[in-house]
Amino acid sequence: MWLDPSNPQLNKNGELHHLLTLEGLPAGIMWQILDTAKSFVGVTQREVKKVPLLRGKAVFNLFFEPSTRTRTTFEIAAKRLSADVINLAINISSATKGESVLDTVANLAAMQADMFIVRHASSGAPYLIAKHVAPEIHVINAGDGRHAHPTQGLLDMFTIRHYKKDFSSLKVAVVGDVLHSRVARSHIHALTTLGCPEIRVVAPKTLLPKAVETLGVHVYHDMRQGLKDVDVVMMLRLQNERMQSALLASAQEFYKYYGLTADKLALAKSDAIVLHPGPMNRGVEIDSSVADGGQSVILPQVTFGIAIRMAVMSIVAGN
Amino acid sequence: MKIHIKGGRLIDPKHGLDVTQDLYIAAGKIVGAGETPKGFTPNRTIDATNHVVCPGLVDLAARLREPGFEYMATLESEMAAALAGGVTSLACPPDTDPPLDEPGLVEMLKFRAKTLNRARVYPVGALTIGLQGTRLTEMAELRDAGCVAFSQADAALADNNVLFLAMQYASTFGFSVWLRPQDPALAGGGVAHDGQVAARLGLPAVPVFAETAALGLILLLARETGARIHLCRLSTAEGVEMVRRAKADGLPVTCDVAIHHAHLSEMDIGYFDANCRVIPPFRSQRDRDALRRGLADGTVDALCSDHTPVDDDAKQLPFGEAEVGVTALELLLPLTLKWAAESNTPLSAALSRITSEPARVLGIDAGHLGAGAAADVCIFDPQHYWKVEAAGLKSQGKNTPYTGIEIQGRVVCTIIDGQAVYDADGVTGKR
Repeated sequence: MWLDPSNPQLNKNGELHHLLTLEGLPAGIMWQILDTAKSFVGVTQREVKKVPLLRGKAVFNLFFEPSTRTRTTFEIAAKRLSADVINLAINISSATKGESVLDTVANLAAMQADMFIVRHASSGAPYLIAKHVAPEIHVINAGDGRHAHPTQGLLDMFTIRHYKKDFSSLKVAVVGDVLHSRVARSHIHALTTLGCPEIRVVAPKTLLPKAVETLGVHVYHDMRQGLKDVDVVMMLRLQNERMQSALLASAQEFYKYYGLTADKLALAKSDAIVLHPGPMNRGVEIDSSVADGGQSVILPQVTFGIAIRMAVMSIVAGN
Repeated sequence: MKIHIKGGRLIDPKHGLDVTQDLYIAAGKIVGAGETPKGFTPNRTIDATNHVVCPGLVDLAARLREPGFEYMATLESEMAAALAGGVTSLACPPDTDPPLDEPGLVEMLKFRAKTLNRARVYPVGALTIGLQGTRLTEMAELRDAGCVAFSQADAALADNNVLFLAMQYASTFGFSVWLRPQDPALAGGGVAHDGQVAARLGLPAVPVFAETAALGLILLLARETGARIHLCRLSTAEGVEMVRRAKADGLPVTCDVAIHHAHLSEMDIGYFDANCRVIPPFRSQRDRDALRRGLADGTVDALCSDHTPVDDDAKQLPFGEAEVGVTALELLLPLTLKWAAESNTPLSAALSRITSEPARVLGIDAGHLGAGAAADVCIFDPQHYWKVEAAGLKSQGKNTPYTGIEIQGRVVCTIIDGQAVYDADGVTGKR
């Protein structure tokens, strides 16, 4: 029929107003975020770790789904920008007792919120919120269902850029449960936009969406082939509940065929880096020797995550 | 009351009629076309110049939401929507609350509808008690109360044996069983077609084989039991092809497609538009094109509105949590005309899909303009463009992805039993 041509996360001047997904986000904005984050890495290493960019602003962490790491890094990032941070963990039971997402948001908006950081178990929830908030309020997606986790995607791009400088000749493998992963989708869109020429996904058939190749990736079911000569290995978390279902036989078999071990990593380029969005299941998708090894950049990822979130919040607030 | 409908383009698909001719109505019946019947003096003359005069539309699936969902819609609001859409006969699915599983409920619905004196309502009875999928309803009793067929709506059956026994039992009495083919386990918790949009948006998906696996079983059991089967809301290219082959093999099955599925695809979900949250999901453009071909070659017998009014609150939720359905009674005709224009289908053939063919599926004497038939007539202006807007819809449900879109074709007058029950802007009365 028709597609709404307007991108709901950009304002009329084409600037970032909400951050909902990395799909269709102009490369210029993506580079702007990465560059801005770089300047904030310095801030986080200073003795006084604060800048006044969001002074007087109220940032609401609106988590409809539990999270420790993402919520904490958003909170730290907002505080380093001198914002007031309010954390709200809206557990599923009270949401199902009656109050709708939009009612919750309307009530909080009435408390003079300037920005909502939203985590929700349903794909698309931040779009719904962005569509209904007052025009001066910003919405940042902190993970929605299987759809997107844009700040995670960006911090991983930051990490790759930090170590590899340039995307234009990289081979990147995304390994694991792509089907249920919002992180993987954000990786793929970001890598495509930043000019990465070869993106691979590596997983058993049961953990890939049907039309995954339409996202612009090469599909591998054999991890050894999939890792051959790659520059970057991006591991995904395998949720425990997947192992209770018929998607997989066992954690042991998954580890054997799709877990990142030193011998499989040896097939990648010798200077390949290993990323993981956390929290890790050691011995399921990744071996401890790799997670803690010299090629792992998993802890720097977390540090960069704060800078990326500072960058995103300061950019949307400034537009 | 005698009505003379003058100068319209008379289209009666059942009788192969498409000609500019006058139509004459007396005592609630069609009394003639073309030549004025002897001694006919009209009480009222309707000038239908440049308009199409066709049988009142017959809709195989319109949810009126009573009983149980009056906060979403009422009989009054949805009957008004039906008339504004030119629909004069409609079948309503049993998925009310409580479901239409006992004669008292069916009689009450028929009575309520009758007192409103509007579109003819044909309840489809529940196939199982409470639509729970385990125990059969008293189908013969329900038939006596007014049910024209039996259906499980979108609810699952407990297992294949219940499906087999339900078909066998219904066939004992010659009742028609209406089934929407979907394997509940294969459909899982899916909310979108298993294609590129679900992959991009991270939406749980309903694979094509959730439909075809169930369809294969239904066709097999139809052969085995001899039950009269009507397949509801086909959505896939493979499904249409299976029905095409079954019909070629002589199996007496019929099927329908919901009008929105003839136009929209997974792409229309856009940025999680909850108005595109429907069952079955909008599928690929290839599937949509196959549904259109099936409609054109007769594999698909009928188009239905699958009208499902939903209140705003139930749609203003994340896509997968939003209530399913679209409001469609008032869009059935214009969207059928749009399909006809886009596919070069002759108007008469297109109209047959919403008049004579669904009447045949229902087994009722309706959907045609033969002499002696009840005078259920729709007069529409095929050139009139109008913009779909919430305020302009009679239905209480404003849930349509077409909001803000201009569409062509507008009903100007709806006649039931020889009574003009709908006059857009009072136009016809003034002429």
